[in-house]
Amino acid sequence: MDFKENMISSFMAFEDHVDVENPIHDIRTEAIKQFEKEHLPSKKNEFWKYTSLNPYFKKQYSVYPKLESALEFKDVKKYFIHEIDSYKIVFVDGVYSSYLSQTTHEGLDVCLMSAALTKPKYRLVIENYFNKVAPKDSLNSLNTAFSREGAFINIPKGKVVDKPIQILHFSTGNEANLLVQPRNLIVAGENSHVQIIERHQSLTDNEVLTNGVTEIFAKKRAIVDYYKIQNDRLNASLIDNTFISQKEQSHVSVHTFSLGGKLTRNNLQFFHEGERLDSTLKGITLIGDKQHVDHSTLVHHAQPNCESHQDYKGIYADHSTGVFNGRIIVEKEAQKTNGFQQNNNILIDDTATINAKPQLEIFADDVKCSHGCTIGQLDDEALLYLRSRGIPKKEATALLMYAFSNSVLDSVKIPELKNRINKLIAMKLGVSLGFDL
Amino acid sequence: MAYTEEELKKELETKEYEYGFYTDIESDTLPVGLNEDIVRAISKKKNEPEWMTEWRLEAFRIWSEMVEPEWANVKYTKPDFQKISYYSAPKKKPQYDSLDEVDPELLDTFNKLGISLEEQKKLAGVAVDVVMDSVSVATTFKKTLAEKGIIFCSISEAIKEHPDLVKKYLGTVVPRTDNFYAALNSAVFSDGSFCYIPKGVRCPMELSTYFRINQAGTGQFERTLVIADKESYVSYLEGCTAPMRDENQLHAAVVELIALDDAEIKYSTVQNWFPGNKEGKGGVYNFVTKRGLCEKNSKISWTQVETGSAVTWKYPSCILKGDNSIGEFYSIAVTNNWQQADTGTKMIHLGKNTKSTIISKGISAGQSQNSYRGLVQINRRATNARNFSQCDSLLMGNKCGAHTFPYIEAKNKTAQIEHEATTSKIGEDQIFYCNQRGIDTEKAIALIVNGFSKEVLNKLPMEFAVEAQKLLEISLEGSVG
Repeated sequence: MDFKENMISSFMAFEDHVDVENPIHDIRTEAIKQFEKEHLPSKKNEFWKYTSLNPYFKKQYSVYPKLESALEFKDVKKYFIHEIDSYKIVFVDGVYSSYLSQTTHEGLDVCLMSAALTKPKYRLVIENYFNKVAPKDSLNSLNTAFSREGAFINIPKGKVVDKPIQILHFSTGNEANLLVQPRNLIVAGENSHVQIIERHQSLTDNEVLTNGVTEIFAKKRAIVDYYKIQNDRLNASLIDNTFISQKEQSHVSVHTFSLGGKLTRNNLQFFHEGERLDSTLKGITLIGDKQHVDHSTLVHHAQPNCESHQDYKGIYADHSTGVFNGRIIVEKEAQKTNGFQQNNNILIDDTATINAKPQLEIFADDVKCSHGCTIGQLDDEALLYLRSRGIPKKEATALLMYAFSNSVLDSVKIPELKNRINKLIAMKLGVSLGFDL
Repeated sequence: MAYTEEELKKELETKEYEYGFYTDIESDTLPVGLNEDIVRAISKKKNEPEWMTEWRLEAFRIWSEMVEPEWANVKYTKPDFQKISYYSAPKKKPQYDSLDEVDPELLDTFNKLGISLEEQKKLAGVAVDVVMDSVSVATTFKKTLAEKGIIFCSISEAIKEHPDLVKKYLGTVVPRTDNFYAALNSAVFSDGSFCYIPKGVRCPMELSTYFRINQAGTGQFERTLVIADKESYVSYLEGCTAPMRDENQLHAAVVELIALDDAEIKYSTVQNWFPGNKEGKGGVYNFVTKRGLCEKNSKISWTQVETGSAVTWKYPSCILKGDNSIGEFYSIAVTNNWQQADTGTKMIHLGKNTKSTIISKGISAGQSQNSYRGLVQINRRATNARNFSQCDSLLMGNKCGAHTFPYIEAKNKTAQIEHEATTSKIGEDQIFYCNQRGIDTEKAIALIVNGFSKEVLNKLPMEFAVEAQKLLEISLEGSVG
């Protein structure tokens, strides 16, 4: 049975577990039909030119865990940014863990997609936003068809959320070949402000595959800061699809820290629906060990006077492969657009590969758009400078890499998170630096 | 520059397509359609040896199994390959030693184009191998070149006279299996130029060929092969104009350059085929495969000025196989009205210490779409490879588009790659500044565009630079609202 048939038959079984009378189910049925129609991503597809999912499509998957796995907080504490108070939404193998979570309905909704999809009081929000910005391609449709659980965050007008929200997805790998498909929806109302940290973490060395979709809606003057930590084990694979719809004067930033995982694919797309807004996409990739990270970004400028900033840094070692496929589209209505894209890469050794494709598609004439892409190595002279001052080679190299990726780290607004990322990077590089970065 | 304002004014008045005339020479045309018999017939007509016929047939078989590529960022009605006549040659095949013997009508055509063979002979020192609808009709300066041992002739002549060289190199850089249009060209190529520079020889003059598409309904399938033996140097110019025609004409050329150890080839193109009229009707389809192979310490430099054709699909590339070899690509692509261009380069770094430079300037006006598509590939063993790419786009008006699709693939840690691209428009303040000083807007734009493309224009040989500058101005006329 091939992957498509496998999924379609799973959908029939899935229908037994959900309320088919719910209007959402029409969207699901529509989506599975769309999935059936679309071609699965292959290297022939321009957007998947450098990343092959074929090995994944050869396996059989189940879409729902048969048994619930309970976790002790002390075992997973280290994966939280536990130094700060925060709201938490935690899933274990795609199933909500109320024990580890801390949700709220006071002043804002930080809760579950399953609740939002079924409770009447959320019907309007779901009707207006659910599946409204995600493109109808193969993998998104697959996620939509099985959409049932995930994080649901609804922030009313004018609300400044007092503490960050952490979304954690744990995988136990207790069940072989489980395809986890979380579906998140975030609606930030007018003048609201929210910070979200998302992390996918597998707890064992078993193979894990996640195909997640997150939709974010930022209304007028809303500020949304989204941080993704991807520091998974060598057998965990993640296809992350994040779509953002922005209204006028909103500021949305997405930081992606790809520090580990067998295969990580980040589809990150911004759609502009208002003037004078700002989109920021930043990322640090630091991998080795045959890992593969693919950043595929799109900023769709469709309105005048908007800005976008992209800054992706990549450091690749030991048979790892990095892909950066960045796109900026400027429609002819989008005059006075400022679109910037930067991608810098360092190859640590000759077994690593980087494929970069920074694209511009511009239809308006009064715009400032630029992209820069570099591939190089650490400056020997800088290295000598540090080493001649008594800093060992390893530390000196690490210092230079910090400096290289600093423009991304600098814009992280949560100090504890920044600290954590610093520690993770130091761990990756095998150094302990005796100063605060 | 001996080019005055009055001249420009006059040219602008007749700007539509000034080279659009039709030469009434009796042509010898094969029936339309393509099959093995036609391929055989072409080969027979050209009195080709058996091995060449077989080579063509094999290419035809490969082609019949291929599908037309669709990945380029252009939209057009696909040509019907069974509705094209694949061979057209002026019937009175001239074999002249002097110009007096050439058909006066043909000479007249050249005069309208501004090619005075006589004048070029004496003044410019350019040897011109004129290709008129696929068969070469006049080769000048042959003697001077022959003294140095340089072979510069039509490819059909080379097949007969220098079969060893042709056999050894034809299809080595662009194999028949390479792509749809290269396969098609390999099967049906009508004529083209062949050039061989012997070891240690520095070609004393710029070699040049003019192509013209003339017969209605015939595709032009040029095949060019330039071989620079060890330590030699050659500069080759290619310029094109075509008569105005309503139906779309197909042009699928293949150019192969081979630079052996320590050799240098400079290949310059000015392309000004009929771009279609203001409504986007007609125009030439230009699907070209150009590629050069660099051996040790050699250098290939592509310079192109693309102003014509309705649809352009062209990526002059360099395979930097030898250590220390250098590849360069300088390009200006101008699109106006409904033109579409998808052009760029490929730099494949295989050898150690290889260097490549890409400078691409795109100017789009009217409703046109202009794309840069380039690949820089550093392979595992290409230590210390270096690349610098710069793609600048200039947009005039908000109905056109400028796109950049760079592909950068690095597999060696010592690789150093820089890519940058910018998109901008002509500033109102810049125009205002010129206006203030008594330069009208039209002229001001010509001036600014000239400045924008200077980096590339500078790389052109003198004779071409003047012509190219003129072309830029004419192509963009009327694009300012």
